[in-house]
Amino acid sequence: MKQQSILRVISKLLIPYILLFAFYVQFHGDYGPGGGFQAGVIFAAAFILYGLVFGLEPVRRAAPPEVLEKVAALGILLYAGVGIVAMLRGGNFLDYSALEHNKAHGQHHGIMLIEAGVGITVAAVMISIFQALAARRPER
Amino acid sequence: MDRRTGGSVIERVIVISLLALLVATAWTVVRLRSLFATAMLTGIYSFLGASWMLLLDAPDVAFTEAAVGAGVSTVVMLVTLSLTTREEKPGRFRVFPLLVVLATGAALVYATLDMPAHGAPDAPAHLHVAPEYIADSVPTADGEIVAVGIDNVVTTVLASYRGYDTLGETAVIFTAGIGVMLLLRRRPKRGGTGR
Repeated sequence: MKQQSILRVISKLLIPYILLFAFYVQFHGDYGPGGGFQAGVIFAAAFILYGLVFGLEPVRRAAPPEVLEKVAALGILLYAGVGIVAMLRGGNFLDYSALEHNKAHGQHHGIMLIEAGVGITVAAVMISIFQALAARRPER
Repeated sequence: MDRRTGGSVIERVIVISLLALLVATAWTVVRLRSLFATAMLTGIYSFLGASWMLLLDAPDVAFTEAAVGAGVSTVVMLVTLSLTTREEKPGRFRVFPLLVVLATGAALVYATLDMPAHGAPDAPAHLHVAPEYIADSVPTADGEIVAVGIDNVVTTVLASYRGYDTLGETAVIFTAGIGVMLLLRRRPKRGGTGR
């Protein structure tokens, strides 16, 4: 698809807005529909569109597989880490109220952090799956 | 759509058209032999499903269905198609699978007869823990400390009350990613012919 100039121009125009929308869905999930999972998938969709139009190598440069596998682990570590910090501060595992003196603030920040963890893991895993599949060639 | 209050006529028309389109899409998927067209049609099916879920006031689920079902999984199917053939082999018609599907469908329809109307406030699902969750999600006007205080109840339930489950779901996604990477990834930079 490297010769399709309309697709190239339009997808280059669209990709920044898809990424921005992913961040909106991520951080507005407390107030409206959305959250880490949806945001991660939308974020990954921008990379997948980039890969579909410009080829596998550019998307590998933008998101190297070695980095993606570590980022995927980082997201879930962030999630579990919030739970452990809550335990260290005297609460139960994943009891965000224990994170801060004001329980509601603790809940707000805890949920924001764990949603970020979900988003990071989902985005990294989705991009990885796309890259791994797209790199395969038919076995003859 | 609330069956008890009837909903609006337009909403009813839209729901029926969406469901009719879903059936038409599913039927076309069954009939078609071209796998490329089938992959595109399953994307359309997901998108119609997402629109219908939006009408059922489930925007979070609709969001996920549109992003995953219509977006990412269609791409994954198309990429997979590039590794295999584009035509389904003609199979012969078999009666037993059709009977299994019909029996399962009939059982599911029979099960819905017992269910409360959609959105009925006295449904058991809305009387167990939901009132407490909703009360906890709405911040009080005088700034009193509430249990969670997040506007979107879905986020409250997923992230706080069911935080443990969501951690498990994230672990499942991570495990799936690791599995795909282990099975499919080639390392072109290491040279050699290894896959």
